[in-house]
Parts: sequence; structure tokens; C-alpha cells
Amino acid sequence: MNILTADNIHKSYGDFKALNDINLIIPEGSIFGLLGPNGAGKTTLIRIITQIIAADQGSVMIKNEPLNVNHIRKIGYLPEERGLYKKMKVGEHLLYLAQLKGLSKNVAMERIKVWFKKFEIAEWWGKKVEDLSKGMQQKVQFIATIIHNPELIILDEPFSGFDPINVNIIKDEILNLAKNGSTIIFSTHRMESVEELCDHIALINKSELILEGSKKTIKEDYKTNTFVVAHKNLIEEIEDGFQIQSQDQIEDGFYKTSIKILNGKGPNELLKNLIDKVEVHSFIEKIPSMNEIFISTVQGGDHE
Amino acid sequence: MNKIGLIIRREYLTRVRKKSFIIMSIVGPLLFALVFVIPIWLASGEGDEKVIEILDESGFFRGKFDGVGSVSFTYLDNTVEEAKEDLASKNSYGLLYIPRLDLDDPKGITFFAEKNPSIEVQASLERLLKNEIEEIKLNESGIDKEKLDKIKTTVNLNVINITEKGEKEGDVTVATITGYASALLIYFFIFMYGVQTLRGVIEEKTSRIVEIIISSVKPFQLMMGKIIGIGAVGLTQLILWVVLTLMIQQAALAFYNIDISKAKQVEITQGVQATQETDATVPEIFEKLKTINFPLLLGTFLFYFISAYLFYGALFAAVGSAVDNDSDAQQFQLPITLPLIFSIMLLAAILRDPHGNLAFWTSIIPFTSPVVMMMRIPFDPPVWHIVLSMVCMVAGFIVSTWFAGRIYRIGILMHGAKVNYKILAKWFMMRN
Repeated sequence: MNILTADNIHKSYGDFKALNDINLIIPEGSIFGLLGPNGAGKTTLIRIITQIIAADQGSVMIKNEPLNVNHIRKIGYLPEERGLYKKMKVGEHLLYLAQLKGLSKNVAMERIKVWFKKFEIAEWWGKKVEDLSKGMQQKVQFIATIIHNPELIILDEPFSGFDPINVNIIKDEILNLAKNGSTIIFSTHRMESVEELCDHIALINKSELILEGSKKTIKEDYKTNTFVVAHKNLIEEIEDGFQIQSQDQIEDGFYKTSIKILNGKGPNELLKNLIDKVEVHSFIEKIPSMNEIFISTVQGGDHE
Repeated sequence: MNKIGLIIRREYLTRVRKKSFIIMSIVGPLLFALVFVIPIWLASGEGDEKVIEILDESGFFRGKFDGVGSVSFTYLDNTVEEAKEDLASKNSYGLLYIPRLDLDDPKGITFFAEKNPSIEVQASLERLLKNEIEEIKLNESGIDKEKLDKIKTTVNLNVINITEKGEKEGDVTVATITGYASALLIYFFIFMYGVQTLRGVIEEKTSRIVEIIISSVKPFQLMMGKIIGIGAVGLTQLILWVVLTLMIQQAALAFYNIDISKAKQVEITQGVQATQETDATVPEIFEKLKTINFPLLLGTFLFYFISAYLFYGALFAAVGSAVDNDSDAQQFQLPITLPLIFSIMLLAAILRDPHGNLAFWTSIIPFTSPVVMMMRIPFDPPVWHIVLSMVCMVAGFIVSTWFAGRIYRIGILMHGAKVNYKILAKWFMMRN
């Protein structure tokens, strides 16, 4: 089942078109990467889903139900521009945010305590927010985002400004939440975390959706039938049907060569061909990284 | 709990718990009470005894001056030089030297003192001398002082307001003071708490909490919660001030065992205007205070206090949402504060004609009406004026919060944008 379906979404700010005909399907339980360069429209789309702003046109359905006020409780949102009231005490602050999400005071208290224990921050309860370090504040913000057990968690650049230790803590929690059935929309332009966490991806560039699907199929689509071979001795020439794209010497007498298979033939034929010529040390299919796909599609869009 | 309720509660509690609020609540009444109590306390004779020596070579004034307030006089017989030398060793306040005088052109009267005399002492000495010389001149010109005293007349106009309920005694002085006090109080509170609203919105924007909050509540709810919460803080402060001021004042009066009627002496020591002083004494003023319709005054005060705050608070919130820091807020604050300052400037003109055209229109238009109407209330404006003004005020704050809400919902999400009026207009027109 799909937790979210966006249909034909348009949004303009004055003359500026922020989103143009966006169609999205987010499967329940997935970790969905919403990718795109800065200013592409990611935050606008998220703000529409979180009902902060309304779309000019199009519809968003949550579990086949048009977006409405009751969905606010089911969504947890960590904005990119995030902060806390500096003068408030940590415990009171979380209590306040949890109550705004609709939790009763008692339930909110209990859950906050559980999270405080989990993150080993119980002694922070009475501390003022301004006395916490930035990393500590981000933990508090993360707790605030998920305190009401949302079905859909939207994280906009969650790792910006985090130190590596906190990144790992939060990553583990994200995976945990996904395992427990929450769907996570993960907006970022940092590809290494996408590679690691996401199973579905949508790429927005210049207000338009240019790529969407599961990570696996997208990578499959972007494969170029290229193999990277490490070998001893230079390959001086190769038969028709194969094309050497690059050949670099790594060490004395050892080379790394990218070979593209042009038509009809399979990797085994290439390998056979090579074994006759050189001593093969490794033979790996070149799978494009998300980063490469991202850059090639975004730049491809620029050339149009 | 309802979400606006939660927001109001947070806005209210965080502010009321602040040290600055508690200090203001205590210091304010202390200052008010001091302003009232100190002159009475001074007048009650506990102040410094001042002895002024008089060396009268003219012989006109010997034995003529009695002590006034805390000042008493002694007369000397030695020469000026001796008296001046002695001055340092004696403990007296100063030496009044009166040379031989030409009464038509009394010159050369000198006051010697180690320190400058207070303006009060100087004024009362001048007055004493003037009165005495005038009396001597009267005698010389053959006019009987008693006759002259009879000719001098004081007229106090008894003002009676004819209303449907019958005749009612009025008093312009008391009405003026009451009007000014309540108008200024409203002005002051709108400013103080309006700016707090503005700061609160800017704080939410700069600390980047706002997007977290508005993913749970509507921007309009956040704005209204903030405005109402801060307004409640203002109301609390006002009530605290009134209650504490009364308490401190009563306590102080009881402690010094001062009868209000003794306050009459205040006028005597404040001799500067004493010669042209009205004959109203403090007890009489208290008496006349009763002529003011207090339930009406209090009721309208509360109404305008709350509605004016809502009206202006929303505008301040809109400004706060549009900018990133206090200094950027200045340029947009000006058009909001101008009508307020304008209405304070109008007060003198309103006073001259409390029921004229200017007074009528400015007490109907919501921008000026809270301040102007409070000035008019003690002068018993027609009931339909009050009702019309209130209706306009309610309509005014509905429009202003609607207007502010439209700017606010866009503004709070904009960071680092260079904002001008054209952009504000664009935000206002934008669809949600």
C-alpha cells in the first residue's frame, strides 16, 4: 500500500514556479529519498505535505484519503531550518511540542522519559535549551519530531550540522523506525546518506520531477554495461563489440581498465577475450553511484 | 487541550516568570506610590528645618515674615559684612539682605548662601517680599486693604452636566487628569506590549522554531496565541500595578500617619504657583473624583485596552514576521507608531473641544480611537459616540488581525529576504 500519493502538484510564488506537475508515489514502510539541488522545490513539496502551505493545483492523498487536519498528528516533520526556544527548559519544551501534536500531558511525559533514557540525556530535563550544544539541541529536535509516533516522518536535511557520532545515532534510529513500520521521507542533496539508507528515490530539479522509482531499478536503468578490470600488462587492442574507455596504470605493470560492452555480447565473452591477452586480477561491473546519477541527470537537464 | 490555549499558556507563563516582569511589577507601583507619597511626607513637616536670616536695613520688613512650611526666619542687627562672615559658622540656610529701598524700584535685595537656594525657597521669598511691598504701597496710596480684599473675587465655576438622569456636578480639572491618565496608560501599554509581540515573533523566526511549530498548528493560531498570551501578560501587569500601588500607598500613609487633608500643605511649599493656585484642595479633588462615572470609565478602559492591544498587536506581529531582526523592524514600525503618537499629540486639541468634529472623528477611527476616546470619556460623550467607536474598534481589530495574518503566514517562512512594502503587498495577495 502507498502511504502517500501526490498527483499533478503545482505551486507558484508570484511569477516563480516552485513546483511543476509533480507526481509521486511513496510506498508504506519505505525510506524515500527526496533528492535535488538547492532550490529545486524539495522544501516546497514537503511544506505542502505538512500542510504549512497549500498547493495551487493537484492533490495529495495519505493512505487514499485527501490531506486533512487529522493527518498533522500522523506526520512528524524535522525542517531544514530548525531551532528551539532558547530560554525554555528542555523537558518543558518537548512537553510543549508534544502537546501541540495532540498528545495528552501524561502520555507525552512518559514518552519523553523513554527517549531521554534511550539517548542517555535524563539529566537535561531542567537545563535551558541555550545551555545545550548544537548536537544536543539536534537530539532534542529529533525527539520532538517522532515523539507522537508518526506514521510518516519527514526529515529535511537531517544531518546538516550533525557531528559524525550523532549522525550514526540518528541513522540507527531512522532505520529502527523504518523497521517498526514508519515511512520516512528523507530530503537531502548529500548522496552518500541516500546510498546507504534509501530504498526509493525521487529526484526533483528546477521544479520538475525528473526521476522516480526504487533505488535498484534506477541503478539498473543507469547501468552502462561497463566493466572495470584490474590486470597485469597493458591491453593494447580489443575486438569489435568492446570499447576501452580508460586505461590507467596503478602500479608498475598493473592496470585498471574500464571496458564498455557495446552490443549483444555478455560479460563472459569479454572476460574470455581478456584472459587470452592479460592476467586478470579483478572483474567488476561498474554500477553508477547515486551521486553519478544525480549529477548526470541534473546536468542533463541543464543541457536541454 | 486546545492548541491556541497551549500557545497562550506558554507565551503567558514564560513571560510572567521572567525576572524583568517581576521587577517591573514591583518597581512600577513603588515609583507611582513614591510620586504620591513623597510630597505629602515632605509637607507633613518632617523635612529639614531651614532657618533664613534677614538683615533688613530698610526697616520695612522687620517682624513681618512668619515661617512658611519648614522655613523659619530670624532677624539680625549687625552689618552685612559681619553677617556674611558669620554665615559660614552658623547653621542657617542663607542670609536675606535687604538694603535701603526705593519702594517704586526695589533693587539690591540679595540672598547670600553657601549653596544655591531651591527654586521653591527663592520663589516664596520673592512672593513674601512682593506681597509686603504691595501692602505698604497700598497703605501709602490710601487704599484700605480690607476694601481691596473685598474687591478681590475668586470665582469657581460650578459645572453641572445636564443628562437624562438629571443634573450632575462636573469638574474640568478632574476630568482632564482622569482623561490624560487613562489615555496615556493605554498608549504606554500598546507600545510596551506591541513591541514585545514584535520581538516574540522575530525571536521565533530567528531561532528557527517557527517551522517546527507550524507543522502542528496553523500560522494564524500561532499568531493569535502569541498576541493573546502577551496581551494577558499586559493585563496582569496592569492589574498588579493598580493593586500594588493602592496597597503601598495605603500602607505608607498609615505608617506616617498622614491625613490626606494635610496634603493641602503641599501646595504651600510648592509655592511657585501658589499665588495663582486654584482653590481646590486635595480633599475637594477627592470629593470631585466621585463625580466621574467610574464603572463607565473602567469598563471603557478595559475595552479599549484589550481591543487597542489586539488591533495594534496584530500589526506589530505582522511586522515581526516580515523581518529578520530588530533593526530591520524599525522602518515598518514607523507607520504603526505614527497614528499612536499622533493621537497623543491630538489630546490637547481634544481637551479644548471634547465633543467637536475632530474629537468625534478621531474617536471613531480605530487607529486613534482608543487613546482619544479615553480622553473624552470623563467629559461624558454621547452614548452613541461610544457605541459607534466600540463597534468600529471591534471591526478594526478583526480587519487588522486578518490583514496581519495574511502577511504573517508568508513572512515567518522567509529568511534573509530583503523586504519592502511592495513585497509585503505581494505576500498579502498571495494565495495560501
